[in-house]
Amino acid sequence: MGYNLKKEMNKPERLAGGHRMCAGCGAPVAVRGVLRALKQEDKAVIGCATSCLEVSTFMYPYTSWKDSFIHNAFENAGATVSGVEAAHKALIRKGKLKNECKFIAFGGDGGTYDIGFQSLSGAMERGHDMVYVCYDNGAYMNTGIQRSSATPKFADTTTTPVGIESDGKKQYRKDLGQIIAAHHVPYVAQTTFVKDLKDLHEKSEKALYKKGSAFLNVMAPCPRGWRYPPEDLMEICRLAVETCYWPLYEVEDGKWTLNYIPKKKLPIEEFLKPQGRFKHLFKSGKEHLIAEMQAEVDKRWEELLVRCGIN
Amino acid sequence: MAIRERMSGNEAVATAMRQINPDVMAAFPITPSTEVPQYFATYVANGKVDTEFVTVESEHSSMSACVGSQAAGARTFTATSSCGLALMFEVLYIAASSRLPITMAVVNRALSGPININADHSDSMPTRDSGWLQIYSENNQEAYDNFIQAVRIGEHDDVRLPVMVCQDGFITSHAVENIELIEDEKVKNFVGEYSPKHYLLNPEESMSVGPYDSTHYYMEHKRQQAEGMINSKKVIMEVAKEFEKMTGRKYEMFESYKLDDAETAIVIINSTAGTAKDAIDILRSEGKKVGLLKIRIFRPFPAEEIAKALEGKVAVAVMDRAEGFSACGGPVFAEVRSALYDSENKPKMINYIYGLGGRDVRIQNIMEVYSTLDEIKNTGDIGSTYRYLSVRE
Repeated sequence: MGYNLKKEMNKPERLAGGHRMCAGCGAPVAVRGVLRALKQEDKAVIGCATSCLEVSTFMYPYTSWKDSFIHNAFENAGATVSGVEAAHKALIRKGKLKNECKFIAFGGDGGTYDIGFQSLSGAMERGHDMVYVCYDNGAYMNTGIQRSSATPKFADTTTTPVGIESDGKKQYRKDLGQIIAAHHVPYVAQTTFVKDLKDLHEKSEKALYKKGSAFLNVMAPCPRGWRYPPEDLMEICRLAVETCYWPLYEVEDGKWTLNYIPKKKLPIEEFLKPQGRFKHLFKSGKEHLIAEMQAEVDKRWEELLVRCGIN
Repeated sequence: MAIRERMSGNEAVATAMRQINPDVMAAFPITPSTEVPQYFATYVANGKVDTEFVTVESEHSSMSACVGSQAAGARTFTATSSCGLALMFEVLYIAASSRLPITMAVVNRALSGPININADHSDSMPTRDSGWLQIYSENNQEAYDNFIQAVRIGEHDDVRLPVMVCQDGFITSHAVENIELIEDEKVKNFVGEYSPKHYLLNPEESMSVGPYDSTHYYMEHKRQQAEGMINSKKVIMEVAKEFEKMTGRKYEMFESYKLDDAETAIVIINSTAGTAKDAIDILRSEGKKVGLLKIRIFRPFPAEEIAKALEGKVAVAVMDRAEGFSACGGPVFAEVRSALYDSENKPKMINYIYGLGGRDVRIQNIMEVYSTLDEIKNTGDIGSTYRYLSVRE
């Protein structure tokens, strides 16, 4: 049976409403998108790195999580969930537990690309049967919009502020999908919120039900950090994909597949323009910065095409 | 019948782990505790245990995985030393505040820097406020016995706190000594099954662990955590009594050696207690009234009991195998001296920092301490309370 948005939206939510995330934030959309791919009857244990998501969904004595949930610290969601998964394996082996269970870790890009990178790499290398989901909003948003290694070049953040001597962040972003793919785990995918969320759903389903370690990198914009009107969340995501800034791809058992090729690749300005964090790039005299960014997007896109066997 | 064996302190602890057969073991190698996960890996490889052994990529991940595993409902062990324990530091507090009775073998080693691989207590002492119970061991036998008791103590419903069982790196972790092992079945029965009331993997209910805790609740949660530590004293003694019934080996909060009628005494932790006992025997044969108080349980700190045991002594030296850099003495000194504050008849008390980075402590060195105490006894003059033993200055 094919994907049906209406049917999916009618499923009971596993992340309850009433949490404290901002309007227009991508993180809860990512979480719900992933959790909808769980079979309703399947038990899941969900881990979460310290993040906006964690502190806004599980504030004592309330929790938005209907599944079993564990938050440990900022940099150890990978290791923590690998411990839960190991416990499950042991208890099944010893006959103390009968039922199967799914294991999911959520982390922002700070907890995933940076401080939690080692913990994630370790968990992926050991091959725990778990899905690590990075909701990538390209900065440390929980502490107030500081740069991360996922922040795009030229973004205005509170630790890479734009000034007379600064055009924002100096470095390009790390390509985490490729790094995790180099762990040769069974499944890696990059996605975001486009159209009817089918891409996110199908990738989540594969990640959840494929044996072994899986990694999902979900671009999840942040209205505060990116400075866009909350209602434009989906439009920002569409532009990220149509400009090839955020390509939709997957790596299944080592095979790279590009899931979407824009009919007409849009110039990177289209993605940058609606975001306040790139406002300075549109002042006169800064055209070369946009050209530089375009060249990098093109280069990475070409590399991806080669990897996917298209060029 | 008990099994007579000879083995190192590391193998003794690993043997206790094998006999208990935990659900999960997550560990990362670091000298001098490396042998513990090594021995354990061979038990896994040879089917002696059916534990899930998680070969983590760091000690931070080892303690993180332990938190996940124990919260999931699995009895979980680990082992570490020195910088490994320091790397775990953040997660130690989370394990304790989440009320997860993880059991950890700590093989005491100096903390960097400079880097040094030998025994002192600068690794475990800074973790004394982390909410873990701390049990210290003089030799391989005690490390083994303490580890078995630790699992029962930590998992007790009135406690539910993690426990670290410490012994001195190389001095006891690597030295092979005689030991009396308990039969596998007896150990298993003594420790029993781990059956937490709530756990992540429970098919009947969901559970959430590790909330953001606002000002409205954080303090109450810390108070409850403290209650677990307060309760643990009683549990430690109950478990010790039961253990004594099984083995004939008696354990208390601390061991007193020729202390009752002693005029001067030293307070010490771990392996140097053995050296001190030899020094005492020599001095006693010369008619000197000297004694020893060897702290076994440092967390919870048995303040009242220690005060009672030391009241009426003339002079006491508290030995710290770790600097506290307070510029006025080590951590054991601060706590022991504070414990005596309300005593009517408190002894004169000095502190020695000793044995840092594995600096050898001989019988002669301990006798020097007693002769200093003798001087204090005779002159009534304490002199400096903050001293170093066998250091070039």
